[in-house]
Amino acid sequence: MSVLLFAEHWNGSFKKSVFEAASFAKTLADKLGGPLHAVVAGDIADEELQKLGQYGVGTTHKAGDARLNTFSDQAFAKVISTAASAIGAKAVVLANTYNGKAAGPRVAVRLDAAFVPGVNNIPEATSEGFTGQRPTNSGKGVETYRTHRAAAVFTPKVNSFGLNEAPVDHSVASLAVELSDADFAVKFLEKVVTSSKVSITEADIVISGGRGFKGPENWNILEDMAGSVGAGTACSKPVSDMDWRPHHEHVGQTGIQIAPNLYIAIGISGAIQHLAGVNSSKNIVVINKDPEAPFFKIADYGIVGDLFDVVPKITAAIKEVKAATA
Amino acid sequence: MKSLVCISHVPDTTTNIKYTPDGKSLDTTGVTFVIGPYDEYGLVRAIEFKEQTGQGHVTVLCVGGAEVEPTLRKALAIGADAAVRIDGDAVDANFVAKQVAEYAQGKDFDFIFFGKESIATNGSAVPGMVAEYLELPFISQATSLEVKDGVASLHRELAGAYEVLESPIPCVISCQKGLAEWRIPNMRGIMMAKRKPLSAVPAAEVSAAVTTEKLELPPPKGDCQYIDADNAAHLVSILNDKGLI
Ligand SMILES: Cc1cc2nc3c(=O)[nH]c(=O)nc-3n(C[C@H](O)[C@H](O)[C@H](O)COP(=O)(O)OP(=O)(O)OC[C@H]3O[C@@H](n4cnc5c(N)ncnc54)[C@H](O)[C@@H]3O)c2cc1C
Ligand SMILES: Nc1ncnc2c1ncn2[C@@H]1O[C@H](COP(=O)(O)O)[C@@H](O)[C@H]1O
Repeated sequence: MSVLLFAEHWNGSFKKSVFEAASFAKTLADKLGGPLHAVVAGDIADEELQKLGQYGVGTTHKAGDARLNTFSDQAFAKVISTAASAIGAKAVVLANTYNGKAAGPRVAVRLDAAFVPGVNNIPEATSEGFTGQRPTNSGKGVETYRTHRAAAVFTPKVNSFGLNEAPVDHSVASLAVELSDADFAVKFLEKVVTSSKVSITEADIVISGGRGFKGPENWNILEDMAGSVGAGTACSKPVSDMDWRPHHEHVGQTGIQIAPNLYIAIGISGAIQHLAGVNSSKNIVVINKDPEAPFFKIADYGIVGDLFDVVPKITAAIKEVKAATA
Repeated sequence: MKSLVCISHVPDTTTNIKYTPDGKSLDTTGVTFVIGPYDEYGLVRAIEFKEQTGQGHVTVLCVGGAEVEPTLRKALAIGADAAVRIDGDAVDANFVAKQVAEYAQGKDFDFIFFGKESIATNGSAVPGMVAEYLELPFISQATSLEVKDGVASLHRELAGAYEVLESPIPCVISCQKGLAEWRIPNMRGIMMAKRKPLSAVPAAEVSAAVTTEKLELPPPKGDCQYIDADNAAHLVSILNDKGLI
């Protein structure tokens, strides 16, 4: 009854999302009463791999083929399913990052496993598979699912579980995988970085601006506040449509879905499509000059006021608090 | 280019979701159904290839009951040439993927387009499964697609970055914003759509890998605590006390 974690890395280093997925996988493995294994692809140092032991991974299977240094969903799915078969995994866990989402469905097909995407709850084992809950209809609903295959592939939502340390002894084993040129049919030419900031799917705090900002020239007000707490920055759809902000900051039903610990929405009305992308946030602050703005209905804290007046005051207060505790 | 565009039939993005009292399905009273917004990027891109070259063919496909036919008609009105409904209950992503794979097998499509996810299920599951069943390359979350010398060049979205990729054709593509612009069908398109072929074919038998036991609304949010704008700094002390900043 073992569990396999796909430990994604970025040029040899892990991100928080991997440790979070490991925490999820470890909780599941403990429920099943089996060990947690991990699989990695491409070059990564053993010291970095040791960190997985902190989160309950006993053995990491490493497929060291140099071609795996760039992501290929086909090749990675082969690597992951080879490791899963080798250990007889009952559950395979991939964080639902861009690459996790791309490889996960292929892994499920290869293993004839049930695929359960975007879970935000630890599943329970049943006689037939698993049962549990996941958000559906863009966070407007909750689905209780049941799987009907011997194994299941889960892609837990980033930022939904938090970290849970469970140190164990960790060792590295090498994994042989037969890869052909066809597994690398898609050629990687380059990666173009569009933002060097914390990714908003992983950020603890996200500060988001809407049309209320009037124009891109006022974004420094928001960035100042974000800088004061190390937050990621996001925006509503019209703001990215008008090119005030880049597309990758657009959150909502047709943008990125996020679940930060704290979401601060400034000058955003709270249209249903916007809320669909942020309604999993743990704490929501809304700043809007219109007391009737629908966003207040799902807010934990609200300020009715002019953002050009209110936000700089808040930023100044944050800086004071930070200076006092530094 | 010969394209297959797989579309989901989903509640309009403004829908206030309600479920039937038995918690088994969506309460469709008063709900307007639309082509999945991400699926529509692929549809429009496929049509653009036809417009640019004056040749090619676009088939739209949806797995579902008779109720999805108006959505398929809308895709025809936007410019697809033919529509296929695979008559079956789309119980899970694997069921849909198997149907699409069986249909596409041997039909020599250059591209099989999907949305990056259905806004009803939020699965991001079907496209990768189809790619695996058909043993085809898959480019997920594509924000740009061009064809040069029989090779597809694409941008694939990542967090704060994108990859520039080249893929052999045929391939499977899941679409993200940027790939094309949504279109509103015009009168001529709507008239022409009535004469375009829409066929229904039976679904292959596939046992469900995942079933939905219950659908419910998330627990309601507590009340909003308001802070006076003149005392905005108070918000900071609340957030700080709660360890949120
Ligand atoms: C198919 C579809 C998909 C969509 N997907 C998305 C999506 O993914 N994400 C998304 O965000 N939207 C989406 N939308 C758009 C959505 O319907 C709204 O139009 C959009 O979210 C509104 O953006 P906004 O709140 O920035 O602008 P507005 O609705 O114009 O709101 C601006 C707000 O700023 C406030 N304001 C103005 N001045 C000030 C001031 N000085 N101080 C304080 N407050 C001020 C106003 O009171 C108002 O509430 C989608 C729409 C469709 C049709
Ligand atoms: N019932 C269906 N019929 C045809 N295509 C579908 C269906 N459901 C989903 N799709 C396609 O698969 C994509 C991803 O859906 P999902 O994996 O459910 O998030 C959608 O954007 C559609 O392109």
